[in-house]
Amino acid sequence: MTRYYVTLLLGGMLSNSTAVQAQQTFTPYEQQIPGTTVSFKMMPIKGGSFTLGSPDNEKGRNKDEGPAKNVTIADFWMGATEVTFDEYDIYADAEKDKTPIPDGMTRPSPPYIDLTLGMGKAGGFPANSMSQYGALMYCKWLYAKTGVFYRLPTAAEWEYACRAGAKTAYPFGTDESQLKKYAWFKENSGEKYHKVAQLQPNAWGLYDMLGNVAEWTLDQYDESGVANATATDPWTMPVAKMSRVIKGGNYNDAAPALRSAARLKSDPVWNRRDPQIPKSSWWNADAPFIGFRIVRPAKQPTPEEAEKFFEEIIDKYKGSR
Amino acid sequence: MENEQKFHGQGRRDFVKQTSMLAGGLLALPILSKANYFSGSSDVIKIALVGCGGRGTGAATQALSTKENVQLVAMADAFADRLNDSYNNIKEALGDKASRVNVPEKNKFIGFEGYKQAIALADVVILTTPPGFRPIHFEEAIRQGKHVFMEKPVATDPAGIKRVLDAAAIAKQKKLNVVVGLQRRYQNSYRELYKRAQNGIIGDILSMQVWWNQGALWVKPRKPEYSEMEYQMRNWYYFNWLCGDHIVEQHIHNIDVGNWFKNATPQTAGGMGGRAVRTGKEYGEIFDHHYVEYRYADGVVMNSQCRHWKDAPSKVDEEIVGTKGRIYCDKAQIVDHKGKVLYQFDKKKENNPYQTEHDELFAAIAKGEYKFADAQRGAEATLSAIIGRLATYSGQVINWDTALNSGLNLQPKVYAFDAPPPVLPDASGNYAYAKPGITKYFVS
Repeated sequence: MTRYYVTLLLGGMLSNSTAVQAQQTFTPYEQQIPGTTVSFKMMPIKGGSFTLGSPDNEKGRNKDEGPAKNVTIADFWMGATEVTFDEYDIYADAEKDKTPIPDGMTRPSPPYIDLTLGMGKAGGFPANSMSQYGALMYCKWLYAKTGVFYRLPTAAEWEYACRAGAKTAYPFGTDESQLKKYAWFKENSGEKYHKVAQLQPNAWGLYDMLGNVAEWTLDQYDESGVANATATDPWTMPVAKMSRVIKGGNYNDAAPALRSAARLKSDPVWNRRDPQIPKSSWWNADAPFIGFRIVRPAKQPTPEEAEKFFEEIIDKYKGSR
Repeated sequence: MENEQKFHGQGRRDFVKQTSMLAGGLLALPILSKANYFSGSSDVIKIALVGCGGRGTGAATQALSTKENVQLVAMADAFADRLNDSYNNIKEALGDKASRVNVPEKNKFIGFEGYKQAIALADVVILTTPPGFRPIHFEEAIRQGKHVFMEKPVATDPAGIKRVLDAAAIAKQKKLNVVVGLQRRYQNSYRELYKRAQNGIIGDILSMQVWWNQGALWVKPRKPEYSEMEYQMRNWYYFNWLCGDHIVEQHIHNIDVGNWFKNATPQTAGGMGGRAVRTGKEYGEIFDHHYVEYRYADGVVMNSQCRHWKDAPSKVDEEIVGTKGRIYCDKAQIVDHKGKVLYQFDKKKENNPYQTEHDELFAAIAKGEYKFADAQRGAEATLSAIIGRLATYSGQVINWDTALNSGLNLQPKVYAFDAPPPVLPDASGNYAYAKPGITKYFVS
């Protein structure tokens, strides 16, 4: 995929697209999943500039968070919450999808064991354990269902939205003792994830950005990802099935892993107990702590561009995790 | 090494004959001749894979990922497509070790009978077909003097259990290593918990609770070209002669943990079960839930539940309750009755038990050691699960010995794609399933 496409799809600067734009004022909205009563809330994230990564002196900082860089991000909407199983299962479970699935689109195979591990499924629990491929395929399905192009956030978009204007280690400052008001993590989670939106949102109305399930982003993991970030809509494009950048920390993590700048690298060990070969493309047998949230770029791609995106980012890396 | 010289170049069978004539002293030696373990003079350990589904492919890949000098030399499966996919997937999964796959076309055996030829070509056989075939395959592997890795469960009916127990006794005489894929026995956390339980940390066991509660599994759609036999083989999970029901196929893991920690097998099983939500014809004849009360000789009860209900909470775990405390297996934690943590396994030290099974098996074989005799306890775990099924199907309390000696045999008379399988659908395509209280004494 050329950089030209990349820029377009990230809602960037080029404007010669003849895309049929799904018209939408830049305000919060509810997206209903067609044929169901299930809906999810999207929050407008007004673009702007911010410092990606963390300063050298941030407590708990890792090398891959810098050197910090000033970057500019275009407008997008972001899910107010992590994608829940109530939503994801409409894709994953044919019996719940009352409108026909588009031709040629596959659904996740049932996992060998129920990967919620008893932590909860229906009623607002975050979808978990899916591979990045499974998360991206949900976006593709959702696009086919709604006509709106949704995708995973880039690591930069994620961090921009998480910080919500804050330059400190956490969106609310640096005082770790405040974390329990906003995040399910090691200190308060009881070793399990919780229903979404039970704690306080950040300043831009986003719940559980930190903790609960950690979240997939669209970036290939590269230790120099921040150092090499472009000035506008940075994105380390996928070049292989592994590893990808995960943000936000999870319910088992200690506070430093929940910092806005912290980056986690997906790991093959997260699927080592899948006893089958080929291993499931859809699920990680040992990563109940992974989930995702979706974004909608304000500038929507044309159908051709969207198709190209799915080919280059999803089909080419089937089973990415 | 003395043994090595003595038996150098001899075939395995000759060695067995000879050892049986020798004084017991030699057999007691921890290291046996290499000639006991390799079919040729080279030190390559040759592997045959019998059953090329996803799990068989995984097991073969794990066997070929061990440190030893191993080669896959033969494969057998009922279906050509399964075998060929497996062959390609193993090579891909092995990456730079793909040269360990050395299966010429003539060593790929399709159909019901190929297992015999595949077994003949190997030193170690991996048995991963649907479990209904396990007894005949295991019997043949032991008859031919091969080491075995076989997946659980090891049978689906008591007649099959008898065959496995008999073959297990012969495997012991022949000093053939047998590992059964009850992988919790090879998992670091479980091994640490067990060790502590043996040392008395929770006192005497009072009761046990085991669970395999999860969502739905795969279903393969019927195609017009399928014979009934092929349809059932492709959907083996939903037919008891092939699968044994999910209490046998999956819940066996948890039931085996109960037996392990208790160092015993249950005497009776009584319980209930049925088809509450998974009622369509595509689900064959198996239940979607079972609840079984297993009773051991000393009166200790193990409560066992398993289900396939897709939107109910899942739980796959075991809890062992003793006089002084309790063990939560999945959390890898031991607590006293006031909740004080007595032991917590560091989950960072967890291994991949599926790999460890093969690492340990092949290391023993390479060293000429006889260390693994899992077949009997694999058969016992399987029979424990089977009496659970017989209890839930019949609504009766099932006695271990009565069941074992019942001769109950679910297998077809003829294994062929044009032969009738032992259960057939009615005119609308539905399969009869057990009605507790009506279905006669443990006939499925």
